[in-house]
Amino acid sequence: MAATATREEVESRVFSALEEFGAEPDSINPDATFESLDIDSLDLVELAQIVEDEYGVQLKGEDMEGVKTVRQSVDLVVSKLG
Amino acid sequence: MNGRPDGSALVTGASRGIGAAIAKALAREGWPVGVSYRSDDEAANAVVEEIKAAGGRATALKGDVSDPETADVLFTALEEEFGPVLVLVNNAGVRADGLAPMINDEDWDKVVDTNLSAAFRLTRRALRPMIRNRYGRVVNIASIVGAVRGNAGQANYAASKAGLVAMTRTVAAEVARRGVTVNAVAPGLIETDMTEGIAENLLEHVPAQRAGTPDEVAECVRFLASDGAAYVNGICLTVDGGLTA
Repeated sequence: MAATATREEVESRVFSALEEFGAEPDSINPDATFESLDIDSLDLVELAQIVEDEYGVQLKGEDMEGVKTVRQSVDLVVSKLG
Repeated sequence: MNGRPDGSALVTGASRGIGAAIAKALAREGWPVGVSYRSDDEAANAVVEEIKAAGGRATALKGDVSDPETADVLFTALEEEFGPVLVLVNNAGVRADGLAPMINDEDWDKVVDTNLSAAFRLTRRALRPMIRNRYGRVVNIASIVGAVRGNAGQANYAASKAGLVAMTRTVAAEVARRGVTVNAVAPGLIETDMTEGIAENLLEHVPAQRAGTPDEVAECVRFLASDGAAYVNGICLTVDGGLTA
């Protein structure tokens, strides 16, 4: 039972989560890679939990494979919401 | 130490023995406790009533942890009643002893499923909310058998407990920087139903010259689950009266 949220809302939530994980706010943009933001695998685990808590979307390990940029992660969540 | 947030504690195998002592000890620390058990309704309810009579909060949760679906059922029930599970004690364990040539696949699988695989599934379910809360305490009840030494007739049990300690160390390293600790406690000879009948031949090797009590194991768990143990991570604490000293 996915909640409703716009792409902008999801993107904004992902940005704030990345900031909470210690990414430099000025460097956070859709094309940034997680690697360039020093976001590691444990951060992505937590991001998955945030998405589950707030949007009811479950992200599994295989969903996250190949997700390298901020935009890809937002795309993934939005596709699950749809 | 950062102070502990509000949440609950889940103890598996908590209707009797070491698990019951742990549930009561955590309740005394102020945690609302999920008393998880497989079959003995009466014993589990007695533990819950004892906790309530002492002013604590507890609820009995029935379920066989060797069933892969059980972890989520237990967690969801406890989360709904008492909030996020911030302490998980994997205590449920079984034995099916025999010399290696006599251990059949069923007895191997039963012991490894309950003692190791179930603990992994419960830990996996526990971690993400703990990471979100920047506080989590997983305590795995291992055994000196397997974790520290061998014991003839317990190849399955020893393997499951050694695996539990290896899992403990590994997961500890993964989640430490989110304020989550994962530790093990390895009891030696403790007076419980489970050790009935094996005490006599072991007792002469125990420097303390007595068996330990469930409360003495619970005290170790209470410490590891406390805010004060925030920097203790990935260890296996033996509580064995000097047996492996």
